[in-house]
Amino acid sequence: MEPLSWTQIFGQMLYQFIPVWVAIALVFAFSIRFKRKLGLYGKLFDSVIGMIGFGIVIFWILTALFAPGISLGGLTLVPSIATFDPLAQIAALKNKVPGTFAPNSEIVYLLGGDNLGRDVFSRMVHGSRLVIGIAPVATAFAFMVGITLGLPAGYFGGRFDTVLSFLSNLVLAFPVILLFYLLVTPEIQAAGSEVNLWLGKKWITSIPNILAAVLFAFPIIFFLLLWNSKFFTQPTKRNILVAISLVFGLWAYSGLAFNADPVSVFGMSPNLLNVFVSVVFVNSPTVFRIVRGLTLDIQTRDYVAAAQTRGEGSWYIMLWEILPNARGPLIVDFCLRIGYTTILLGTLGFFGLGVSPESPDWGSTINDGRKLLSIFPHPALPPALSLMSLVLGLNLLADGLREESLRD
Amino acid sequence: MLIFLLRRAGVTVLTIVCLTFIVFYVTNLHPQLEKLARIEGTQRMSDEQVQIWIENRGYNRPVIIRYAEWLGLVPGWTRTDDKGILRGRCVDVDLAPEDTPSRCGILQGDFGYSTVSREDVGAILGRRLASTGILMFWVMLVMVPSALAVGILAGMREGSKTDRSLSTFAIVTTATPEYISGVVLVIIFASSAVGLRWFKGSAATAIDGITFENFTLPVMTMALYGMGYIARMSRASMAEVMTSQYIRTARLKGVSFAQIVIRHALRNALIAPFTVILLQFPWLLTGVVIVETLFNYKGFGWTLVQAAGNNDIELLMTCSMVAVAVVLLTQLISDIGYVYLNPRIRLS
Repeated sequence: MEPLSWTQIFGQMLYQFIPVWVAIALVFAFSIRFKRKLGLYGKLFDSVIGMIGFGIVIFWILTALFAPGISLGGLTLVPSIATFDPLAQIAALKNKVPGTFAPNSEIVYLLGGDNLGRDVFSRMVHGSRLVIGIAPVATAFAFMVGITLGLPAGYFGGRFDTVLSFLSNLVLAFPVILLFYLLVTPEIQAAGSEVNLWLGKKWITSIPNILAAVLFAFPIIFFLLLWNSKFFTQPTKRNILVAISLVFGLWAYSGLAFNADPVSVFGMSPNLLNVFVSVVFVNSPTVFRIVRGLTLDIQTRDYVAAAQTRGEGSWYIMLWEILPNARGPLIVDFCLRIGYTTILLGTLGFFGLGVSPESPDWGSTINDGRKLLSIFPHPALPPALSLMSLVLGLNLLADGLREESLRD
Repeated sequence: MLIFLLRRAGVTVLTIVCLTFIVFYVTNLHPQLEKLARIEGTQRMSDEQVQIWIENRGYNRPVIIRYAEWLGLVPGWTRTDDKGILRGRCVDVDLAPEDTPSRCGILQGDFGYSTVSREDVGAILGRRLASTGILMFWVMLVMVPSALAVGILAGMREGSKTDRSLSTFAIVTTATPEYISGVVLVIIFASSAVGLRWFKGSAATAIDGITFENFTLPVMTMALYGMGYIARMSRASMAEVMTSQYIRTARLKGVSFAQIVIRHALRNALIAPFTVILLQFPWLLTGVVIVETLFNYKGFGWTLVQAAGNNDIELLMTCSMVAVAVVLLTQLISDIGYVYLNPRIRLS
């Protein structure tokens, strides 16, 4: 059959993304209608840059959500965006240009086939799931670590601060790529002795696993401190909140850090864990430095002095006086940092250290495509442009947020 | 000032020692050594043979002692093998046993031996650093003037159309990591399928001689990513200067706009970006690794990736030492420069 023309290809792609367009239209209509009641999020819709950035980011979030389609009990609620399975290979469509039909069939690869005959379009769409799934969560973990350590370092100062600052400078002085190579290679995952956990689960004391065990404990510590400092005077309420955080936190912790969730809800493959840990590890020291700097600045304000005179505990002042007042710069940095994390994930994939060799994440796809780049440019270009647009969207969103939060 | 410098130098050395020890520890974990043995020997070695290989090369002793050997603080290991030939860390086949030095570490100026290239690390790294130096020179030559020009053009009339379009350009370049701009540039300028075919998509031949054809794309790729940041900094600084009192006075005096920018604003606006340019070095280091891998240019970054991939321990150690030293030195220089440029900050 005649290959599709570029107009047909783009038309078909726009058609595939229909669920995303509908959802974006709904989100925008709702947000603009109620923007005065939505706080900082609503104010975003006063700035054009912020709206463009938010539009791009929400586009990728919705793409990630709808990529395989959503169906409930055989009923298709949302049709899938991806046209094919991202791992399925059709030998006849190997390295074929966009819009080529497989011989004697209706099968067409919208953006062509890659060097193994997989659909570039579907891989791009599915790749967004990995990036959108890992980057914000890893950044959130890095923020938990940075906040839990940065607040006391800035507030108390002294030897605690000196040691932590030295450690964070140590990590920051490390070339990122070398760190990735050291943490993500399979030999290092295997180095360590086996420890028997419950239910026949085993855990290896390798460096990435130990790092995971340390880093993943911070969110639990953070929430415990948060509830304990706020509701110290209401023991019942505090005990309930602490108990909920502990049960849920330790449950998730057992699954994420030790891959030994008793009911197998939480869990990560060793490769994914490595990627996740290295990204959190690289980001936390910078967050630590930002939080520490903000704490040093805010600490001198009158309301902190007032709280100290009232006799509030140190953790109450840090978490409920200083932290809420540092939220502006932290939210902006959170957006920028998700973008940076996305770049880091791409870097990992680019060096072949990604989640798995077959995985459709954008970095790995670019890495696969670059080997034949000057002959077949089409497999590398879509993931490259996707990654770029997502990071650009996050940067614009951060710019918009900064503009709007400075206004008041 | 002297005490400040001494303390900073002390912290720098301590950081380098800590980080190189971490690298040494990780590269010398047992599975890593097994991998090295199988790369060096044959893939089909039995586990016992691997053990013997590791023991014969002195890899089985405590890691802290071997780290001290690498530093040159303690004498290197020696062993006489079954044929009565002296083997050891510092033993050289060409050298008589009497002339063999007892210590050979980085303190003695010996950076070790690359197990993959079978060459002295010092010699390899000298060559590779020179190649990267050439790349960096051209990157700086392209990046700094164009970034400053973009920043100043955008900042001198804040909010104008020029400002908007140049700022958008700067934001787009900061959102484009090297592995993306490199791929896009190769497709546009070097691809045989659709592109313009102006340049080459590989810089492998640039080692022997730099031509416009083989070196433009790597330099452009690296310059683009760093440019956006410097441009945004100099734009902010320029915009701030343009609103200051003395610029208004000059305007009221009737000085032409071009004169104001060149004579009055420029000099004051350029102080801030210069510290930023220095702090770009650590960023450029990551960029060097990506660009050299993408364009197959055998420089420092390429060596780092190869050494890490092959677990070439001594080469990787020296690479990481160089990389860490570069980062720390630029931090130190920019701190001193900042104090020097800004007399309001006192050293205590």
